[in-house]
Amino acid sequence: MDWLRELARRLNMLLHRRQFDADLEEEMRLHLELRQEEQLQSGVTADDARATARRRFGNTTYIKEESHLAWGWEWFENLAQDVRYGLRMLRKSPGFSTVAILTIALGIGATTAIFSVVDATLLHALPYPEPEQLVSVEDDLPGVGARDVGMSEPEWQDLQRSGIFEYVSPTWFDENNLTGSSQPARVRLLIVAPNYLALLGVKPQMGRAFHPEDHSPGLLEEVVISDSLWKRAFGSDPHILDKSARLDTDLYRIVGVMPPGFDAPGRTAEERNIEVWAATSFYGTPLPDNPPRNRRFLPTAVARLKPGLSTAQAQNRVDALVASLQKQFAGDNPLQSAWSVRLVPLQERVVGNVRQSLILLLGAVALVLLIGSVNVANLLLARASARGREMALRQALGAGRRRLITQLLTESVFLSLLGGIVGLVVLLCTKQYLLRLLPASFPRLTSISISWSVLLFALVSSLVTGAIFGLAPALHAGRVDLTHALKEGARGSTGSGEQARTRRMLVITEFALSVVLMISAGLLLRSFWDLLNVRLGFSPQNVIAVRTRLPAPNFPQNDLYATAAQETPFLREVLRRARTLPGVQEVAIGDTASVPLDQSLRELKVISEGQFFLTFEGRDVQSDQPAAVERSSVTPNYFRLLGISLLRGRFLGESDDDKAPQVAVINEAFARTYWPNQDALGRRFKRNRAGAPWITVVGIIANARTESLAELGVPQIYLSLYQSESRRLTIFLRGHLDAAAIPEQVREQVQAVDPTLPISGSQTLDETVSASLTERRFSMEMVALFALTALLLAGLGIYGVISYMVSERTHEIGIRIALGADRRSILRMVLRQGLGLAIIGAAVGLVAALIVSHLMAGLLYGVRPTDPLTFAGVALLLIGVGLLACYIPARRVLRVDPLVALRHE
Amino acid sequence: MHRDEIPPGTLYLLILRTLERSGEMHGYEIASSIQRISNDVLQVEEGSLYPALQRMLIKGWATAKWGTTAGNRRARYYQLTAAGRKQLEVEVSQFERVIGAITRVIEAV
Repeated sequence: MDWLRELARRLNMLLHRRQFDADLEEEMRLHLELRQEEQLQSGVTADDARATARRRFGNTTYIKEESHLAWGWEWFENLAQDVRYGLRMLRKSPGFSTVAILTIALGIGATTAIFSVVDATLLHALPYPEPEQLVSVEDDLPGVGARDVGMSEPEWQDLQRSGIFEYVSPTWFDENNLTGSSQPARVRLLIVAPNYLALLGVKPQMGRAFHPEDHSPGLLEEVVISDSLWKRAFGSDPHILDKSARLDTDLYRIVGVMPPGFDAPGRTAEERNIEVWAATSFYGTPLPDNPPRNRRFLPTAVARLKPGLSTAQAQNRVDALVASLQKQFAGDNPLQSAWSVRLVPLQERVVGNVRQSLILLLGAVALVLLIGSVNVANLLLARASARGREMALRQALGAGRRRLITQLLTESVFLSLLGGIVGLVVLLCTKQYLLRLLPASFPRLTSISISWSVLLFALVSSLVTGAIFGLAPALHAGRVDLTHALKEGARGSTGSGEQARTRRMLVITEFALSVVLMISAGLLLRSFWDLLNVRLGFSPQNVIAVRTRLPAPNFPQNDLYATAAQETPFLREVLRRARTLPGVQEVAIGDTASVPLDQSLRELKVISEGQFFLTFEGRDVQSDQPAAVERSSVTPNYFRLLGISLLRGRFLGESDDDKAPQVAVINEAFARTYWPNQDALGRRFKRNRAGAPWITVVGIIANARTESLAELGVPQIYLSLYQSESRRLTIFLRGHLDAAAIPEQVREQVQAVDPTLPISGSQTLDETVSASLTERRFSMEMVALFALTALLLAGLGIYGVISYMVSERTHEIGIRIALGADRRSILRMVLRQGLGLAIIGAAVGLVAALIVSHLMAGLLYGVRPTDPLTFAGVALLLIGVGLLACYIPARRVLRVDPLVALRHE
Repeated sequence: MHRDEIPPGTLYLLILRTLERSGEMHGYEIASSIQRISNDVLQVEEGSLYPALQRMLIKGWATAKWGTTAGNRRARYYQLTAAGRKQLEVEVSQFERVIGAITRVIEAV
């Protein structure tokens, strides 16, 4: 602990430096006086006595310095001195300081903001214990081109017993109708194995989790609910654990309430905001008693690896297991489907969707920061030449080169830290507003905060920024030629050729970086523009979609809508009633997959109902694999309501009900894909399932962008809702509607038919179309914002350089004018210099942009990464801005008065 | 009269030993004492005492406090610490080892 005590002594000295110096001086003075007195006694003159005492003592100043230095605080005192000096310099030139600090504040603030999002989503582990052990288990059938197809119950048992996992739990997202409280409500339900909460390692805030080892048949008669549901539907009832909830007409005991802020690890916002967890072991009524191996009805699964097992090791063992199961149950796992199981870190499943956009944004914002740094470096360089005389003087007085460089670097780092603090303060003040810019579906939105790691990031990036932009001016200052500088200093400027070169290099860099950003933004903007202007193939105008859902009780005797025959009267009655609502012209009903461009609904349908595999009539079942396709079920008026045009055959009709043969309308893409060069009308296919009836193609419709705006040719099947049971329903209304009143009006009509049904998710189709672009819009807007900032900074940069050049050459220009030079030709000469910089910068930037744009090809739509229009447009725009930025200061040459200019000397 | 510079590295040894013998001393007393006891042979450049004393304070070999001299003037008195005594032993044995070796080299036939 000696060093600690020593440190304490040193610190004590630092704190009492003044006292220390005074003490030292006093004791040295005493020493000299005593010696002097001693000499006087030996009989010499007073002057001799003083001289002897001094000679024997040595150089007092040197000794004082040595004593002071012994404590080792030189660096600190230099730093404090430099900072104080820096502060004085900043105060002395407020214009420069403000511009520099604001530029850095903008860069650091924006970079830190994006980093805080990256930190929360990509860098922070999921908020569960030992998150690295959590994986998502995903089954693929690459042989039939199907991914993430879900698993069967026996496969779950095999994985559970494999010794690779602590726990495996299938997860099955569903919606349910919560009844019993004031208004029937749709709740998001996750059906899991009883081990699910133990697997995640989370405990309810109240009550208990399921018993992880429970393996009883059927659904457990208990549920765990979310904090928000507890507050919303049960008024935070403290006795909630004694109560029951009625879900889809079945009664469940509420055994636990999850803590607030607990997010389920899901891919979409819907999957993350679970409100009810129900548990089952996935066999026994209402599920089959012995679920077969070939029915992959468990859509998704999560697992916790055994401790000490890495994901890669576990993957190897799973591969071996899959290979042996494939052999053992060859009938259920045909070799050609190439069944495989992937273990994906759970984190990846939650945030995987946003990774690419976030990295793009971080890159863009880092470029802005870099451009800002280059700008400040330029300002500093210009100022450095104004301070050239000061530096030369310091050097002449004996300051070392190293000391000068340290001093200038301290100043710039100090400047940058100030900028960083300003940026951070602005960020903290505007945090609430900025968070609202993020799409609401963004994962881990609630965990975004200005955490310690974010603060550390801001600090480090400020330091690095300061060092980067301070380096060039500092190195220049260290290389001052003394005689030259002092001589030239008389005129007050020392724009050495080398400094001018560095400044030009910096401007070129700035332009190049801006071109990269502008082109990225331009490409994203064009993609977005193209997406906004694609021909949809359907018309969303004046359509509102309202959702409802029919309950699916666990026991068939309670099920009022078990078959299409039971459901059809309900559908017809709702259609009839909805048509009477004010303003309504047309009405149709479809399942949730029929809502165009609602990706999350579509995914939910696959997640909860599994994929739809087809086999085609007249084809060899062995050689021809079943195909997974997109399908919706709709009532006949759906096509007319959405304005989808019929190419051949007929639309679905009112008579296509449960008593009639099953029919389907397909889109052109479907016909082309499965019956190339043949007439698809009249062909038959069926679900790849025992006892499924044949379905005849009766009509072919034009392709529409119902799947995503970016894709036109996705094969689609439309079945008659009267022939297929579908409990998740969407009621489409077209007409001059009052969007605010519609949900209540529809609720009244639906509940007049069945008072237990909930109404949810009322949205105009225009909103749905726009919402489908949310994430693209977000990245595009952010990158565009950064690109504009970059453009502004680059313009300021070239403005600064040209304006400095003009003021530096006022004298020379004055002489030229006095000698009769044409002012216009001088203006042209100055502009040519600026233009040259802009053109070189743009050229370098174009090459760099070629590389970057290929990396972001995945985010583009409709434009190639080398789109010549964007490239040329951006280059021209930038050169134009450069020219303008040069013109403003260059115009001054027109006003130069040769007399004044010559006196400028 | 001729005065010899002290051998390099022995300044600490001299100060430590002087302080050990006399308990408390201020800078002038230390310098004078070294000179007197060595019969005016060892001459410290007096000023160089002070950086050395500072280093001893840092190392914790000595402590300093202000007091008054016989002539009623304020002076800073230095005093050895336990660590200082230990250091003195180290310095002495090191010095003797070096001197012994040098002597052996000189006296070797």
